[in-house]
Amino acid sequence: MTTVICVECDGELEMTDDVLVGEIVECPDCGVELEVTSVSPLTIELAPEVEEDWGE
Amino acid sequence: MRIGVLYSRIRAEEKLIVEELQRRGVDFEMIDVRQVIFNLETAVSWQQYDVILERCVSHSQALAVLQILNSWGIPTVNTAQVAQVCGDKLNTTLTLLAHGVPSPEVRIALSTESALQTMEDMGYPVVLKPAVGSWGRLLAKVNDREAAEAILEHKETLGSYHHSIFYIQEYVDKPGRDIRSFVVGEETICAITRSSAHWITNTARGGQSANCPVTPEIDNLSRAAAQAVGGGVVAVDLLETRDGRLLVNEVNYTMEFRNSITPTGVDIPSRIVDYVLSVGEAGRLKSGDWRLRHSPISNFHSPITNGGRP
Repeated sequence: MTTVICVECDGELEMTDDVLVGEIVECPDCGVELEVTSVSPLTIELAPEVEEDWGE
Repeated sequence: MRIGVLYSRIRAEEKLIVEELQRRGVDFEMIDVRQVIFNLETAVSWQQYDVILERCVSHSQALAVLQILNSWGIPTVNTAQVAQVCGDKLNTTLTLLAHGVPSPEVRIALSTESALQTMEDMGYPVVLKPAVGSWGRLLAKVNDREAAEAILEHKETLGSYHHSIFYIQEYVDKPGRDIRSFVVGEETICAITRSSAHWITNTARGGQSANCPVTPEIDNLSRAAAQAVGGGVVAVDLLETRDGRLLVNEVNYTMEFRNSITPTGVDIPSRIVDYVLSVGEAGRLKSGDWRLRHSPISNFHSPITNGGRP
């Protein structure tokens, strides 16, 4: 487990070792969606907003 | 065998697929579509892949990439043809009708005035849907003329140009649930019911999933719908009518399945990987080495007519 800091609220997120670049995680403190942009070192950014053509 | 996995966001589904590829020791590469630049005059950097699994969350991006890859003859799951049909509800309905697959009645109007007239003619309630969209977003069950006028005014004022095409569907009074079946290749591998007190039953909107036995009717209709749109790996949304008929509501080509593995007991990511590997293998066997035929600036093959296969 690795800890990263939420870029929105400075809350702490515990990340598992199998996390992948591109994975979306939710901050347990503020609820914002964050995207993993690198795993070595572990970095996160605010995830893109959902767009109109997104889906399955 | 080398597989490329195109993605723009790692959902639970992409993670499950990655885990399955790793478990089998498959040679694969994750490709973030946001980082990709295509030089349309050369396919060289893409010729290392025997097949591309497309898992983008954006329909526009997925369709563009698949059209390019298929034009180069690179096998993809799914094909550009399937994405083009399934990603636009108008295309889906036209295709289902052309293949005789039962689906709810749909009318298309191109102005707010004709849309209002259409809803009046069909009788309320009706369902107004954006042609492109998913997860139950921007669906409107229109119960009367006043609601219709308000929604149409909102669309006219706030909507993008996409919202000037009015896709108006009969409201199917389903029994508090719909059915989602999963088709991989020629087989309906499993199905779930999605139940909700709300008329929108998408699991993305809180619908609860449970196993649904695949009856011969569900199997036949699901496979017919999948075949109509071009095959591959798709999820078919079925509506049950009060008089016992099944209608195909939508077909999804980048299906989400995280809530369907446990209730059905079917290892959906494993079945997807099986299929992707088979497509890659079939492409190699069919064409020998397609890389020789699809060298840089190769012949253009319409993704619509060749189904993405080399």
